[in-house]
Parts: sequence; C-alpha cells; structure tokens
Amino acid sequence: MNITSTVATVAARWSRCRFLHTSSSILCSQVGLAVEQTIQQQLGSSPETTRMNLFTAINHALSTALETNDKSVVFGEDVAFGGVFRCTTELQQRFGSHRVFNTPLSEQGIVGFGIGLAVQGFQAIAEIQFADYIFPAFDQLVNEAAKYRYRSGGLFDCGGLTVRAPCGAVGHGGLYHSQSPEAYFAHTPGLKVVMPRDPIRAKGLLLASIRDKNPVIFFEPKILYRSSFSQVPLEDYQLPLGKAEIVQSGTDVTLIGWGAQVHVLCQVAEEAKEKMNISCEVIDMMTLLPYDLETIVQSVKKTGRVLISHEAPITNGLGAELAAALLEPCFLYLEAPIMRICGYDTPFPLANEKYYLPSKEKCLDAVVQLIHY
Amino acid sequence: MASWPKSSWKKLTHVTDWYKTTSSCYVPRWGRLVDRLCSTQNTFKLYRSDSRNTFCRRYSASSSEYYFPGAVGAPYTDKLECIAGEKEGRIPCFRIMNEYGEISSTVSKQHHPDHQLEPVMMTSMYQHMLKLHVMDTMLYSAQRQGRISFYMTSFGEEATAIGSAAALETADVVFGQYREQGVLLWRGFTYRDFCNQCCGNALEPAKGRQMPVHYGSKELNFVTISSPLATQIPQASGYAYGMKLSNSRNITVCYFGEGAASEGDFHAALNFAATLECPVLFLCRNNGYAISTPAKEQYRGDGIAGRGLAYGIDSMRVDGNDLWAVYFSVKEAKQRILETGRPLLLELLTYRGGHHSTSDDSSRYRQKTEIEMYSERLSPLRRMKRFLEFRNRWNEEMDQSYVEEQRRELLSALEEAEKAPKAPLEDLFNDVYDELTPHLQQQKTKLLEFLSRQKHPTESS
Repeated sequence: MNITSTVATVAARWSRCRFLHTSSSILCSQVGLAVEQTIQQQLGSSPETTRMNLFTAINHALSTALETNDKSVVFGEDVAFGGVFRCTTELQQRFGSHRVFNTPLSEQGIVGFGIGLAVQGFQAIAEIQFADYIFPAFDQLVNEAAKYRYRSGGLFDCGGLTVRAPCGAVGHGGLYHSQSPEAYFAHTPGLKVVMPRDPIRAKGLLLASIRDKNPVIFFEPKILYRSSFSQVPLEDYQLPLGKAEIVQSGTDVTLIGWGAQVHVLCQVAEEAKEKMNISCEVIDMMTLLPYDLETIVQSVKKTGRVLISHEAPITNGLGAELAAALLEPCFLYLEAPIMRICGYDTPFPLANEKYYLPSKEKCLDAVVQLIHY
Repeated sequence: MASWPKSSWKKLTHVTDWYKTTSSCYVPRWGRLVDRLCSTQNTFKLYRSDSRNTFCRRYSASSSEYYFPGAVGAPYTDKLECIAGEKEGRIPCFRIMNEYGEISSTVSKQHHPDHQLEPVMMTSMYQHMLKLHVMDTMLYSAQRQGRISFYMTSFGEEATAIGSAAALETADVVFGQYREQGVLLWRGFTYRDFCNQCCGNALEPAKGRQMPVHYGSKELNFVTISSPLATQIPQASGYAYGMKLSNSRNITVCYFGEGAASEGDFHAALNFAATLECPVLFLCRNNGYAISTPAKEQYRGDGIAGRGLAYGIDSMRVDGNDLWAVYFSVKEAKQRILETGRPLLLELLTYRGGHHSTSDDSSRYRQKTEIEMYSERLSPLRRMKRFLEFRNRWNEEMDQSYVEEQRRELLSALEEAEKAPKAPLEDLFNDVYDELTPHLQQQKTKLLEFLSRQKHPTESS
C-alpha cells in the first residue's frame, strides 16, 4: 500500500467517522442495557417498589435467592447475625441456621467450601467480609473455581458459586478496607466479575450472578451501602451479565466507569455540560468480565474521545485493558488519546485518600484536556 | 427444607463416658492426661476428640463457675501447667496383617477378614492391587519411551487405594489428590479410560486439557483431579455439607498426602468440617515424602492423626500397607461418620515406593537400602499374596499369568488410545464458561481465520 492510498483510506474513514457523529443518537439507543425496560419486561409496566439502600437491596436479593431455591445457602464470617454491613440481616431467622450460617475465619476455607457445595449442585453464596481480604482465597478462585468446568470437560462445575465482597473507598478505610481488586479476577478466564452502582441494579445483577452457571465474584462498593437509594421492585428480576449500561447519552466525550465511580462520572458530565457545554456520555460497565466491548466501542466511535476511570491503581488496571481493547476498533475515530484517571500506584492511603482518588475535579480536568487536544 | 440429623446430640453423652476409659486427651474435671493407648496392640482405637456441645451441656447448667467462651468447661487450677507439645508415645498404628501376611491372633472377629469377607472378594482385592501395579509399571515405561508426557505411580501404596475403595460405595464421592488411581480402578475405570486420559485424546472427558493422571469420572463419583495441592480438602468439606443438607446416606471422602496437610487449605478444611459438622472422611496417605522432603521435615507433631484432637475431629492411625487394616478402618470410619454426622480423620502410614513422578529421581535424596526395605519387606502386595497363598487361593503361577494377561490388556488399551484422534480445536475455547462469551467467540474466529491463511505447527512437528 502506498502513501497516497493510505491517506485516502484514512480520509474515507475520517469522513465516515464525522458522519457517525451526527447520526449518533440513533445508533446509541441500540447498544447498552436498558435497565428499566428489562425489568418491565419481567415484571410488567408498574411493579410494586420500595425505596431501599444498597445493603437492603442486597439483603432482598439474597432472601429472594433463598426463597426461590431450596438448594441455596448463604455463609461467611459473621453472616449469621446479619453481617458487618447488615446485608444478611434476619436471613438466618427466616431460612434456618443450616442455610444461613457463620463459618470460621478463613477466606480460603470459605471459597473452597463454597466450591464444594456448588459442585454438589447448590447455589453457594459466600461472603468475604472485605474485598481486601479475598487474597487468601485467590488460589481457590483462580486455580479452582475458574477452571473447574474446563479441566473436567464439563463433568463437574461450580457454576453455583457466587462470592460477594464489599470493596472500594469509604473515606477512612486506609490500606486494608478500601481496595478494589477487580482487575486480579478480571484477568482470570472462567470467572465472571460484577460490580453494581446502585440498589436496583444490585438486586437484578446479584440474582443473575447467583443463578448464572459460572462462578461469579460480586463486588459491592461499600460506600454505597447506606448512601445509594433506589425504588427497588419487590418481585424477583434479573439483569443480564455481560452488558454495560449507557447511564446518560452524550456526543463529545465517553466516560467509562463502574461501581461508585459511575456517580463521580455523572457529576463530571453534569458540570461539563453546565460549565463548558460539553456533552458527555456516561457508561457503567456493570460486568467487568466478560465485559461489553460493543457498547463502549459504539460510544467511542461516536464521541471520538474517551476517559476511563477507576479507584484501583492505574498500572495494569482494568482501564488499561479497556483502552487497549478500544484502540483497535476505534483507532481512526479517536480525536484524542484515550485517557485514564485512576488511583495511583501506591497502596491505598489513609490521610491522603482524597488526593489518591480519581475525583470529580481530576476527571473534569481530563475531559477539558480531551476536548482541547 | 432439608432436615438436619439430630442423632449426634445423644451420641455425645456416650462419647464423654467413653472418654473416661480410653481416650488420650485432656479431659476437664479429671484434669490429667489419660493415656492408656500405647500399651494396647491390635485393638481398634479411635481417638475421640471433644465437642463444644458436650462441654456446654455438661457445664453451663450445673456448675457455678464462670467460663470463658473460648474454652467452656476448662477447669481452673493454681498450678501453672504447660501442656507438652510433644509426647513420648505415639498414637498407635492399627494393623491386622503383619509383613508376612499373617493375621494377628488377637484381632476381633469384627476385623478379621476370614470372618467378614467372602474369598472371592479377597482375591478380587488382591487382583486389583496387581492391576494397579501392572498399570503403573507399564505407563511409567510408556512415559520413559516418550509415549505419554508424564506419569505418577502408586508403588507401595496399592493397599491404601484398593483397601479404602473396597470399603466404600461408588455413591461415596471422592476428592482425590493425584495418586489415587487405584480407587478409580476399583470402581470400574478401565485401562482404556486411563490410557485415553494419559494420551490426552478426544475420547477422554476433559478433551486432553490436563496433564496425565488428572482423571475424573462423573458416574464413578470421582471429582476431576487438579494439580494445586490441598485445594480439594475444603471443597470436600463443602461437598459433604451439601450431601448432609440433601439427606444423603453417603459420605464424601477426601484423599491427600502428609505434605499437602501443611497447606492452609488443610487447616481450613478440617476446621470447617468440624464446626459445620460435615460428613467427610479425611484420608491422609502419609507416605513419608513430599517430593524430596521427608516427613520429619514436614511436621513436628505426631503425624497427621495427632492433629485431629486440636480440630475436634475423631482420628485413627492405620498401617496403610495392610490391606485389611485399611479396609476395616475405612468401613468403621464411614459408619461413624454417618452415625454422628461429623468428620473423621484417618491417617494411613505407608511408603512411596516410586519416585514422586516421572519428573523426579528419588535416588538423589534417599538411600537405595531404604527403598528396598520398604518396597520389598513391607510391600502391601507381598503381604496380600502370602495371605492368599496361606489359604490356597493364589500361587506364584497364577500371579505370573494374571500379570501377563493384564500387561497385554493394558498394552492394547494404550495402543488404541495413542491412535485415537485429538479433541477438535474448538475445545480450546469451549467449557471456559457454560457458553462461549463474545470475547472467546472473537478470539476463536481470529484463530480460525489465521489458520486459514497461515501454516501452523502441526501435531507431528
């Protein structure tokens, strides 16, 4: 290929890219998960709802799981009295101490035990008290749970296993009560990794995770337990795994995040609009493995600019993966380099947490840089 | 909802009485170490661990003392006592048949093979030990000839596998480590099944994804082997808990070595099984070596059985080279597990006659004389052969013709397995998840597209 033809190809793609900008809103509505619509399809147009915070919604999902399947059990450290974050409140009273129970303090034990139960055909719903403490179970998750089906050719699987773990910053957690270790697990074929951003999504995603035929790690941003509220349908519903959601549509910059960071990105979008008339499209990945590449690719082709933001350290974080995955299909559509605003490559700090976090201000600054690149 | 067997409550009161007379453990109220076990021989002993429930029942209602929640019932004393971490005596090793194949004259009828087993069954057990030995010998050589990539033998441990397997039912679910092919053999896994797996062909269920000896069988209730050590132990606890919730009348059996018992997973598993009352038999094959590390560098205490007390798990120690001791102890263990709904730890003392695997050369770390002593004098095969010869049920001629017949069968199974096709390329991507994800679909498409236009290393190269 000579230089002239290369230039011509680029020019042709460029013009297609420009065209996409104008017709974007139509395209955009076809990708991403329409959460309200999905729930309505399952529960009708006006399901009965109650205002719940995140831990209540999790509790509700767990109780639905226990009600709908006799072969489901909930266990972990301090689960019997309701859990340190109250997610398992009253479940033992309602479902008995054989289905909802405390375990000894051993994460590798909890996950190993859960795998065995799942191999037996149970829905094993394990709680790891903090995501920071999931590492003793790393071997069981990565070498065992993730590979059970593959290594036995489907003779045995532990698809019934769901591991819940509270993650993320809370303002005073320091090194060991703040981490977001999703990238370690999102690097493991065979696992699914999910992180919800609010109660209505948490219930639907958790029920889908519990019923999914693969082991799922379900990270719950603990700062949202008491601060995030939704009108949550009381009936049983699920939100499909592997789908991202376009939280708000926009045309200039795509903002990608998950969990609590989505709320930061929504504020960024709001301020960008108000102060600079920049239109941001916010996407919540929801499932981090396997993630919804199509939705983000469509969005980035439309906007030409993308910011990925997460609390976990930037180097080798999930943002790096998404950036690399976006680059190939979006290369000629990009008007600025892909940017990442994430945690720094330090242990999670205590006194300087505010400076460590990918704050609204840092993200907004990045949006400005993307626009003026 | 599944009901939970309550029988263990009543049994426990008996346990306490039983304690007073036989057990070797620290008992509240008496406040002394009762240890009468070392003097007993050929007597089937079970190390009764204690139960939190027993303590609560005995002390909370009747005593005016206050107790700390961590050890309810621990009596107070004004004499500072340091409980010895090491005892002089060792937990005795249950043995029925000595190295010459002679049955102990004092063994009870209950544990006497002549009283408990049909002659056909006895011969069959020996034949399976022989089959295991033949298979190991042949597949070991096959690896040396480059026909399979790897192998692990059970030399010297034939009785642990066959004795335990014969005492169980196929409905008892097995979580193995990697040296338990004898259990599968007993349950009906054929030479063809073994060879297919070792050759990694399309006929084996895991589609050639794992190294040789990582067997698995759904119908024979043998959970597929994985290489990481000890990971199967907490899984067995969980599986057993599920069996109990499902009101099963079978147990989970978990095999592991004394080396694996150093892993955290072992501790977690026993602690979970004890506190959550899981009907699981922990079966430790203490064969003296973890690759090159001898048992004396692996632990300080009294083997693996010595740990049962600390976890509150009943435990036994058995001569793993004595087929009958293994058989009767596993039978009794299963019965006790089903009666109490609680776990049991069984330590089988044996000796790894072969190298750790085909990647190991054990002559670099142990004396030839040591190997010869165990492999010849204490050979489980030799013992059993003599036992049958004494009863005129077997002789050298039969031995040779049986081995020859098995060799031929195995060779033909191996040849067939070698000829069988490999699993299709799609199986590279299948079974990671229940369905192919978009990512995997894309990667598969890319690979196929690449292969359609590029030459790629073929199987023969």
